[in-house]
Amino acid sequence: MDATDKLFYGLVALGSLAALGACTFLAGGDGAAFALFAILVLGGSLVCIWERSVVRSAFCLIGTFGGTAGLFLLLGSDFLAMSQILIYVGGILALILFGVMLSPPDLTERKLPRVLAGLVAVGAGVAFVAAKVASTVNWVQAATLAEPEHATERIGVGFLAYDQYSIAFELAAIVLTVALVAAVYVARRRKVDLQEEGAQG
Amino acid sequence: MTPALALAQQSAAVEVGSGSNAFLEGLVAALGAYLPMWALWLGAAVTGVAIVMGLISLIAMFSVWLERKVAGHIQCRYGPMYVGWHGWLQSIADGVKLLLKEDMIPRDADRVLFMLAPALVLAAIVAAMAAYPLAPGVFFADIDLGVFFVIAMSSMTTIGVVMAGWASNSKWTVFGAMREAAQVVAYEIPLGVALLVPVMVAGTLNMREASEMQSGWYGMGWFMFKNPFMLPAFVLYFIAALAETKRAPFDLPEAESELVAGFMTEYSGIRWSFFFMEEYAAMFLMSALAAVFFLGGFESPLTWAAGEFFGRELFVKGASGATELNLQAIPYHAVAGLTLLVKSFAGIFLMMWLRWTLPRVRVDQVMTMGYKYLTPLALVCAIGAALWEAGKQALLG
Repeated sequence: MDATDKLFYGLVALGSLAALGACTFLAGGDGAAFALFAILVLGGSLVCIWERSVVRSAFCLIGTFGGTAGLFLLLGSDFLAMSQILIYVGGILALILFGVMLSPPDLTERKLPRVLAGLVAVGAGVAFVAAKVASTVNWVQAATLAEPEHATERIGVGFLAYDQYSIAFELAAIVLTVALVAAVYVARRRKVDLQEEGAQG
Repeated sequence: MTPALALAQQSAAVEVGSGSNAFLEGLVAALGAYLPMWALWLGAAVTGVAIVMGLISLIAMFSVWLERKVAGHIQCRYGPMYVGWHGWLQSIADGVKLLLKEDMIPRDADRVLFMLAPALVLAAIVAAMAAYPLAPGVFFADIDLGVFFVIAMSSMTTIGVVMAGWASNSKWTVFGAMREAAQVVAYEIPLGVALLVPVMVAGTLNMREASEMQSGWYGMGWFMFKNPFMLPAFVLYFIAALAETKRAPFDLPEAESELVAGFMTEYSGIRWSFFFMEEYAAMFLMSALAAVFFLGGFESPLTWAAGEFFGRELFVKGASGATELNLQAIPYHAVAGLTLLVKSFAGIFLMMWLRWTLPRVRVDQVMTMGYKYLTPLALVCAIGAALWEAGKQALLG
């Protein structure tokens, strides 16, 4: 851990504390819970960009995915939160880790491009979210909205029970299956290849 | 704080009685005048997590003793005999030993991740345990997405195991971690699809509600007997659960004859015991899921009789309109809770029996079994059960 690392982690910690304090001051317990999960998401992704070791970066995604699940929970979407954890943390992250785990634990690399890349990524993200929020949210209406009802608790059943979404849902499933079968087909070693290898070996 | 721990605190406030958090209400009644609300919430959450942790350690301690006895008797010896009656205090002695052991971190390990991994594993399993219903009216968290929650949380333990393996920076541990990642990705699908069969019949993911639905036939209306695809689905679920909890014959991540101790090789003392507690708690949870969704959950003829004799409602409206604890119903809830506990430990016993009977399978055999046999068979079961239920509805109305 060198000086730049210390500065970066110090800034992240300070920012997190400030955000936690501000949200708790403005919105009480709900604000504190939101701030905790938001810090997990943002802190996880920032550290993910910053870390030199690719495996550590992958582990930082636990915070990002878990925090997103927490935000879904706060919004009353239990099903989405659980799916987020099961699919992203339990499935996709496990696959990513399986892919990158054989890399050595300390890769050395010049700092500057990393800082630049981080700044560009954060800047682009902030700009995108700001533009999206500014253009879509009706602030006057949002201030008077009631608390969300637990509308998506049974979203899985909802997908299939109402005709509206069932076709889209099943199409997505078929697309995924086709992609999987295609991947297996491409990765499979054919008999001809094996025979050629045998002839060479 | 890990996200799993945050989730555990959110969901594990001890809830007693359907929908109402009786524990928190009691706290408010007793201390509401002296403490602010957030302190009471925090107190309830911390107590809930502490109780779940206690439950997990008790389960782990009993299971370790049981495992040694089962192993002993299967190999024609006694197992622990000296510490207490038939060695029942052996686990406590071992626990003290583990607490006193030196806690070592290898010089070349990734210190942060090395220390974080056992915590993540334990936090995930504590969160999952919060969904376990103690009795029909006594539970930590009555989650509508019960099974889904348990499966999601226990899938997070995989990440902890992979983290431990990589952070230890040793060949054995990395191999163990890679095996774990590959194995869990392969077996999560058949596990989920096999569980989908009873969930489809029940129409709910809530463990308490699913158990309630099996109370027919004098407490023998188990989902197991409801449809011909249930038994194969149960067998598939059990095999997948063995792989998911890293139990023999699928204990490749720790395979002691090949990888020393797999992903746990570099751990010692209390951190090592966290992995051990996770393993036994996961076994217990997987068996409990099997008990709830295939073997009737709380229901048995005994539970039925107790319910008929003592009444089932733990909370009743009193004369003044306030909710009161119905003391008469306590034996029913005790019998129901014990029934589920016995069923869960029967599952654990079966897992141990298999461990000391079967040889370990090879890595490629594990993969072949998961992808080529278990997944298609589970899908066939799910489709068959769906068609059977649809046909039954169409014919019988």
